[in-house]
Amino acid sequence: MKRVKADPKGVLTGAHFLDGDFAIAEGALAAGCRFFAGYPITPSTETAERFSERIPSVGGVFIQMEDEIASITALIGATWGGQKVMTVTSGPGFSLMMENIGLACMTETPLVIANVQRGGPSTGLPTLTGQQDIMQARWGSHGDYEIIALSPDSPQECFDLTIEAFNLAETYRVPTFVMTDECVGHMHEKVVIPSPEEIEVVERKWYTGPKDKYLPYKLDDDGIPHMVKAGDGYHFHITGLTHDEKGYPVINADAQDTCVRHLVGKIKNNAEKIIRIEEDETDGAEVVVISYGITSRVAIRAVQQARKLGIHVGNLRLITIWPFCEKRIRELAGKVKAFVVPEINFGQIVLEVERCTAGASRVIGVPHCGGWVHNPADILTAIKEAVK
Amino acid sequence: MIYFGDMKPKRGEIHIDKDRCKGCGFCVEYCPEDVLELSEEFNIKGYHPPAVKYPDRCIYCQLCQTICPEFAIYVTLTKKEEAGETRESRP
Amino acid sequence: MKPEDRLEEKNPIEDLLRMDRIPHIWCPGCGIGTVVTSFAEALKRSRLDLDKVAVVSGIGCTGRVAGYVKLDSFHTTHGRAIPFATGLKLANPELKVVVFSGDGGIFGIGGNHFIHAARRNMDLVVVCVNNFNYAMTGGQVAATTPEDANASTAPYGNFEYPFSLPYLADAAGATYVARWTALHLRRVTKSIQEALAKPGFSLIEVITPCVTLYARRNRLGDGLSLLKYYYDKSEIQHGADTRSLAIGYQDKLIVGKFVDREKPTFLDAMNTHLSKVLGDDYQLYGRLNNGGN
Repeated sequence: MKRVKADPKGVLTGAHFLDGDFAIAEGALAAGCRFFAGYPITPSTETAERFSERIPSVGGVFIQMEDEIASITALIGATWGGQKVMTVTSGPGFSLMMENIGLACMTETPLVIANVQRGGPSTGLPTLTGQQDIMQARWGSHGDYEIIALSPDSPQECFDLTIEAFNLAETYRVPTFVMTDECVGHMHEKVVIPSPEEIEVVERKWYTGPKDKYLPYKLDDDGIPHMVKAGDGYHFHITGLTHDEKGYPVINADAQDTCVRHLVGKIKNNAEKIIRIEEDETDGAEVVVISYGITSRVAIRAVQQARKLGIHVGNLRLITIWPFCEKRIRELAGKVKAFVVPEINFGQIVLEVERCTAGASRVIGVPHCGGWVHNPADILTAIKEAVK
Repeated sequence: MIYFGDMKPKRGEIHIDKDRCKGCGFCVEYCPEDVLELSEEFNIKGYHPPAVKYPDRCIYCQLCQTICPEFAIYVTLTKKEEAGETRESRP
Repeated sequence: MKPEDRLEEKNPIEDLLRMDRIPHIWCPGCGIGTVVTSFAEALKRSRLDLDKVAVVSGIGCTGRVAGYVKLDSFHTTHGRAIPFATGLKLANPELKVVVFSGDGGIFGIGGNHFIHAARRNMDLVVVCVNNFNYAMTGGQVAATTPEDANASTAPYGNFEYPFSLPYLADAAGATYVARWTALHLRRVTKSIQEALAKPGFSLIEVITPCVTLYARRNRLGDGLSLLKYYYDKSEIQHGADTRSLAIGYQDKLIVGKFVDREKPTFLDAMNTHLSKVLGDDYQLYGRLNNGGN
């Protein structure tokens, strides 16, 4: 993967006091995003507003489309026009985008979608937090595919992980999600934006060979095909139908097998390179708390209190949610008494933990239906329960 | 001076890809000089492709070429015509 | 001598087709192939750089056009060809983007996208092949099916009111609107040529026979009969009031060029306005006054 320094035009170097939404917009601009198509939805709208204010002086296009379906489709079109693209949304808009997220996966189109999650289902709690779209990010569209999803816990991470999302999207030619939430999105904190030389950006994997030999889906040595853009004379064809190397539709079981195995394999087989988690005192721990996003900040308080009580608690924060850190959980399973999984939903990542633990340890979920963050006391209760 | 009396229509040569044809009949129906007719023979798919009935009547209007939905018929200028043609005078 | 034996001669359209995918899937007597030839002819005459022309299709019979033309072509999801084309054009303003899709995709599921792209005067050419039903899925009723016509989901006849596509396009703000039947070969070519040369949102509706479904369900004969019928029933009225262009079942068809006006495109408006407001701070995008590319 070709890594270059960020384009200075988009980098607002300095120390700023920003909320998570604004930080996402700044991260996108720093990563080289020059096209944004979106639709207003609380609590994500500030990202769109910020982008629309900043893009005229950076150079690029902001367009508010007529709905989220148009937004995601315009993004795919713009990617094939050669730009780095992103949109931002929340639960209801995320649901609308699902069909074309599938199109992006099938056509291996890199793009970034930030979901500033809120209470659901349906219209739910537009102005209050939730972490209820985690499974939807992974399974929301029909068919078999894999995606990458990151979970920032602060405005600073909103900035950093948005850049990383763009890099991952380009590296693996896959839609990448920044799964934040209303709390982090609207929280104002210090965000340090480094100078352009300190920001590494992955360039798109452009094809440079002879035009008549170009095959849109021929796998390279790293298992990812090269990409081109419209207007360069390749006269290529892209379709959402199951296709062969040429990009032409092939409607039979063999082609489907090849196609789908590739879409799933390119993430699964590279999971170890993609996954990032943060661990604290997990080795030899009796209990490990697994959390992500804003809940991880609340969990720290519960973990501190538990440690004061003499419990050896490990803290594991998911920075990458998908692909899920199966390997690490399987390693810890059996060695720890229990996992405690607080999340602002009725139990989503806890299901993954249960699956990977396969009964070797107890798994105690701490669900929260949304609207606010956990009370640390609830997590502490679960930790105490875990060591009984 | 009668100017138009000296002008002659062009002459075209018709090429038919018989196996691509699906027997829709558009070309036969709309040829302005009734050059074509649906033949009796069957092509590989079981359709009756067109056949040239009056080759001398073709005036290179290219309507059959434009109307065919299967891209199965096209016209070229006869060799004799081509000799006298310049690029600019072709339609 | 067979055509393949004469190496120097082949059907001129083959340069613009993906010959490794011909024969195509369209039924015998379907007008889509004819519209594609008219389109190919328009491309040739317009002398556009074919590297810079992109074709975007949706799903359906007409949606398959993208798969057969040898240009940068995109076969997208149902009804979403227009927003895809919007993104493609805005990301690379040098491209000439043509949307080739059917009445079901563009005006049914994609109706919202159509009116907004027209409203914004997005620089796109939309060729809508109108066969009055959802053909690919078996002939269901569509937003364009005339009253009383039979369709597979209106087995007792259609009692809904159809759109008048030029009226809708005009009202939404399109700057070039024309309607022809598939048999109006050279007029379709000319309209497409004019639309390609004109910046802004253009709609060219081409009324086409659907042999296997619409014609069969309504006992209208084969492709040739229906093609003939549409042509014979059509009356050219250039500049007609778009309010008067509704299509009744097997009724008179008014065709022609109805709208041809000037209006800045989305990008032109964006560049002009932001330059005015932001002055030197503004980074010009694409070219100012994008006319004629």
